[in-house]
Amino acid sequence: MRTLLLAIVFCCVALQASAESGHGGPKLLNANVDLGNTESLQRGARLFVNYCVSCHSAKYMRYGRVAADLGIPEDVMKANLMFATDKIGDTMNIAMKPADAEGWFGVTPPDLSVVARSRGADWLFSFLNGFYVDDTKASGVNNLYFPSTAMPHVLWEMQGINRAVFETETQHGVEVPVFQRFETERPGTMTDIEYKRATRDLVNFLVYVGEPAKMVRYALGVKVIAFLFVLWIVAYALKREYWKDVH
Amino acid sequence: MKANKDQQLTGLLGWVDERFPLMTWWNDHMGQYYAPKNFNIWYYFGVFSLVVFAIQILTGIWLVMNYKPDGELAFASVEYIMRDVEWGWLIRYMHSTGASAFFIVIYLHMFRGILYGSYKKPRELIWILGMLLYLSLMAEAFMGYLLPWGQMSFWGAQVIISLFGAVPVIGDTLTEWIRGDYVVSDITLNRFFSLHVIALPFAIAGLVFLHIIALHEVGSNNPDGVEIKKHKDANGRPLDGIPFHPYYSVKDFSGIVVFLMFFAAVVFFAPEMGGYFLEANNFIPANPMQTPLHIAPVWYFTPYYSILRANTINFFWIDAKLWGVIFMGLGVMAFFLMPWLDRSPVKSIRYRGALYKTVLAIFVVAFLTLGYLGLLPPTEGRTLVAQICTVIYFAFFVLMPIYTKLDKTKPVPDRVTT
Repeated sequence: MRTLLLAIVFCCVALQASAESGHGGPKLLNANVDLGNTESLQRGARLFVNYCVSCHSAKYMRYGRVAADLGIPEDVMKANLMFATDKIGDTMNIAMKPADAEGWFGVTPPDLSVVARSRGADWLFSFLNGFYVDDTKASGVNNLYFPSTAMPHVLWEMQGINRAVFETETQHGVEVPVFQRFETERPGTMTDIEYKRATRDLVNFLVYVGEPAKMVRYALGVKVIAFLFVLWIVAYALKREYWKDVH
Repeated sequence: MKANKDQQLTGLLGWVDERFPLMTWWNDHMGQYYAPKNFNIWYYFGVFSLVVFAIQILTGIWLVMNYKPDGELAFASVEYIMRDVEWGWLIRYMHSTGASAFFIVIYLHMFRGILYGSYKKPRELIWILGMLLYLSLMAEAFMGYLLPWGQMSFWGAQVIISLFGAVPVIGDTLTEWIRGDYVVSDITLNRFFSLHVIALPFAIAGLVFLHIIALHEVGSNNPDGVEIKKHKDANGRPLDGIPFHPYYSVKDFSGIVVFLMFFAAVVFFAPEMGGYFLEANNFIPANPMQTPLHIAPVWYFTPYYSILRANTINFFWIDAKLWGVIFMGLGVMAFFLMPWLDRSPVKSIRYRGALYKTVLAIFVVAFLTLGYLGLLPPTEGRTLVAQICTVIYFAFFVLMPIYTKLDKTKPVPDRVTT
């Protein structure tokens, strides 16, 4: 049995090692978000409605739920984070028609309700920090983590404009450009640290929007498991008592 | 067997018992069902699968109250459950975690049967009913996975259904008949919903009933693989047996609580399980116009998916794809034959020789390797490993009559040892 287990573990480790190699694309940045940080979530919500909701919907998320979960009073929510025509019970929809959007951008901007679950927080954070100037693209920018993305750099005023430095390397006999670093072409209204914090807040908010239940599920889980543990002590004592006479 | 006079029920239960075999059933299956006293940890997984089945039925009932089996609404209705339905997220995570938990406990339950020879005479029928349960569960899981209507739901179903297209002559007609359409569509979603919530749960419940009735007819096996009915006391009770109730009911209860702790840990802290229980791509709504780069079935199907992909050679004028389908089917079906392939005079691994133990260990490693490879996109090297493991997988069954006969077994004790 022990040999069997060892052999199984060894095989899994060996396979894992073989799978690690051969993953393409630049390494993702670490989003390092914190759902417990309500202020970060509130700042993220503000960025989201100011910069994202003109093109992207979050059609499964209700304004009222955001207000309640993030501790934003309803009147503040209505005055600052909603369009005049929106009602507090509405979901975060947009006025732009999908057909128009496709005409303007070539694709319909995706709904962002569960984007943090399909793409992951790290990818979103990297994407928002991955724009660089590229005159060959219609929007004037390209993205390191999503090459040829149709999305323009909406946050450019905050971040400024970056230039990407590539160096040509030979891999397997083929010459490929390899990303080295970003250089600032035109500074924005924020420093690099401030922009990283802002995008982290935005991603934090998207993680929350992806699964609002995440705000309560960990705390409830601790209570449920604690209850089960106490129940187990009783159940095990009962079993011991009954099994005393079994030899 | 009618109830003894001293156990006569009174009151309401007495009134029922005069008109219904209440006490007889209780005694046959609980109070006077004698189970071997030496069950170990492996013997919990049967009752765990009953617990998971109950969780799936109950959470399923509440999910259906808010789920919409409609190509336009299905994805949104799942998000509605996750956000707007009271405790909807908990119900949904219990159901999605339950699906994977079901396969974990069933695979361990089957492995217990293999370890201790529980499929051998006189328990062949229990094993066959169990295998039918396993097949029904696979169908149930496969159809249930379409319902969230995400990209993996859609493309997973598309790939698996298209396998039937490999059948000669009638292949294309068959796949259209299964889908009810030329591609996976709203029609497919509707029929899968029907089968998932009505037909298959009924089949599973019925088979569970038969599985347990057959078990209680011949009696439970045990880690020593000896028949406890051979040694009975003056009252006809097995000397090494103890009544299921209260001994195993209290023992199982404490085991169930431990199982629920693990279950809750996943539900509350890791419901996606790193993408193995809920895949990231399934949070993108189904899109028939956009094929994902990498389509992999959920982890519990991947050993067979690997076998399917490992068949890359056309021979005997038959297409590699059809060989893949044939071997995948045979791979599942091979378990049915185990009671007749195993020629060993002993049941339990405890009294088998080094040869059998080695063969079984290699088989387990091959099975897990196939499962792991099935999660990954194929490369040349991985396909070769999968082919080697596929050969090992089938050799385990085909050569079983030989190595179980050659195996040097140890003497089996007369009575249970612990």
